[in-house]
Amino acid sequence: MTAILEVKQVNKSFGSVTAAHDINVSVKQSERLGLIGTNGAGKTTFVNIVTGYVKPDSGTILLQDRDITGHAPRSLTREGVCRSFQVPQLFLTLTTAQNLAVALGIANGRAYSPYATIDAEMEQAIDNLLERFRLADYREQIISELPGGVRKLIDIAVAVTRKPKILLLDEPTSGVAAEQKFALMDIVMSALDNDVTVLFVEHDMDIVSRYAQRVLAFYDGRIIADDVPKAVLENEIVRTHITGTAG
Amino acid sequence: MSSPSVISFVAALTLVMLAVLGKVLPGWCVFLLVTAFAKGLAALGLVLIIRSGLLSFGQGLFYCAGGYGAGLLMLWGGVNDAMLLVLAGGFVSLVLGAVIAPLLAGYRSIFFATLTLALSMLAHGALTKADFLGGSDGLNLRPPSFLGFQPASSAEAVYSLYLFACVLVVACALACKVHFNSVRGLLSLAVRDNEIRVEYLGSSVKRVISENFTAAAFLGGIGGALNAIAVAHIDPELAFWTTSGEFVFVAILSGYLSVSAVFAASIMLEFIRSFSSQYFPNAWQMSLGIFMLASILFLPNGIGGLLQRRKKRLEGSKIA
Repeated sequence: MTAILEVKQVNKSFGSVTAAHDINVSVKQSERLGLIGTNGAGKTTFVNIVTGYVKPDSGTILLQDRDITGHAPRSLTREGVCRSFQVPQLFLTLTTAQNLAVALGIANGRAYSPYATIDAEMEQAIDNLLERFRLADYREQIISELPGGVRKLIDIAVAVTRKPKILLLDEPTSGVAAEQKFALMDIVMSALDNDVTVLFVEHDMDIVSRYAQRVLAFYDGRIIADDVPKAVLENEIVRTHITGTAG
Repeated sequence: MSSPSVISFVAALTLVMLAVLGKVLPGWCVFLLVTAFAKGLAALGLVLIIRSGLLSFGQGLFYCAGGYGAGLLMLWGGVNDAMLLVLAGGFVSLVLGAVIAPLLAGYRSIFFATLTLALSMLAHGALTKADFLGGSDGLNLRPPSFLGFQPASSAEAVYSLYLFACVLVVACALACKVHFNSVRGLLSLAVRDNEIRVEYLGSSVKRVISENFTAAAFLGGIGGALNAIAVAHIDPELAFWTTSGEFVFVAILSGYLSVSAVFAASIMLEFIRSFSSQYFPNAWQMSLGIFMLASILFLPNGIGGLLQRRKKRLEGSKIA
């Protein structure tokens, strides 16, 4: 199977700090990748580079063999590279349904007509999304009044309105109560189409073990391990620098 | 209560009520309403900008451009029809707004506000020095006609102008109300809330801001043209910062949630100013200041917020 995303020799520094050093990754379609590493290891920088928030100093990023290096976030989103954020990025004064309406409106072009209202078809699409992400109870609630875990789900639901080819989730379970993390990930993974490629940043190794097919371990801006979860989590260097479980 | 057909019905009913009201009220009061409507239109434009999270201190520029556009078409082009003059005023401001908007769309907060103010003051300065446009004295205009009808008496002229202003206001308010309820209207609020997410949904924040700014310019131009034919005079003061300040005042008092609140706020301001300048000629600015302080303290979301709270309470009691 050909790669949907290829990151080749990407480097990025912020002053004297190297956030990405010679990063090479090839991701196949519908793969589920977990990105692990300590704080400052370069995981979020990697996500930010792929999604256009940060431009790399050097290197190339290919999406289905097309060079997308340095493209702006909105053009990458239109190409099918979508993301959620560690701190959910939502429209705080709007309701859940209105957040989804804006997202769907941008995706289908209704948001560019000055008088296109939320029609029955869009209402149906909103309801479908709410159903898929188990958010129906929060339909008419203002985002600023919702708990963090619900906001995380809405952030991801908003991101998938574009029908992404690649979805990058930055710490989808951070700030969520330990007992709710698996439930949240179950909802997310079951809500996504099977052909969507998912890359998620995660600190909880149990989550990584269960939901990732492959794991990239970051340390000091480098990828120090790239393999199936079991192999990476048993890797001595990973155990020393990331999980802290070295014997 | 917000489907387009219901909104259209309410608009038609409002128009009829306003027409009847114009017959009942004294002439000075009717004229005051026309000037309040003109300023309300410009303030409505400002509200469009505020909905995307920005504040313009230069809405007077488009008010002035609309006034001069209409006035010069009357004086140089020999056009007397109020509708054509107002449309011309709106068009001039629309073009000016469309040229400026992309340059301003990259700025935020105080930088955006002061840049709009600077452009407005530049126009004021240029008009003051332009003798062929009347310089600081401005130009006097003729009374307009209304779709071929030329009023015979001054009372008829005031009422005709009032009716014309009512049609204009209701049409613009209707368009804005439907727009506020549209997906595009929500997108403006989304930009106000979170620009990053709007970009990460595939939309351009600059485009949204540019479009809102241009639409605001059009409304400012229509308001300026209406004001010009109402007072039969245009001068550079229309672009002065105090004129823009009045629109900001109206926008703050009304809030950004309701279209009708904008005109309510504009009428309130016009009446307060009129009565204050009559009864406290040396202290009317102070009464305006007190009024503004009170509105910020007691109506932080403006009259629109108050209306929305009432509406929600009403809906809540219906459900209960």
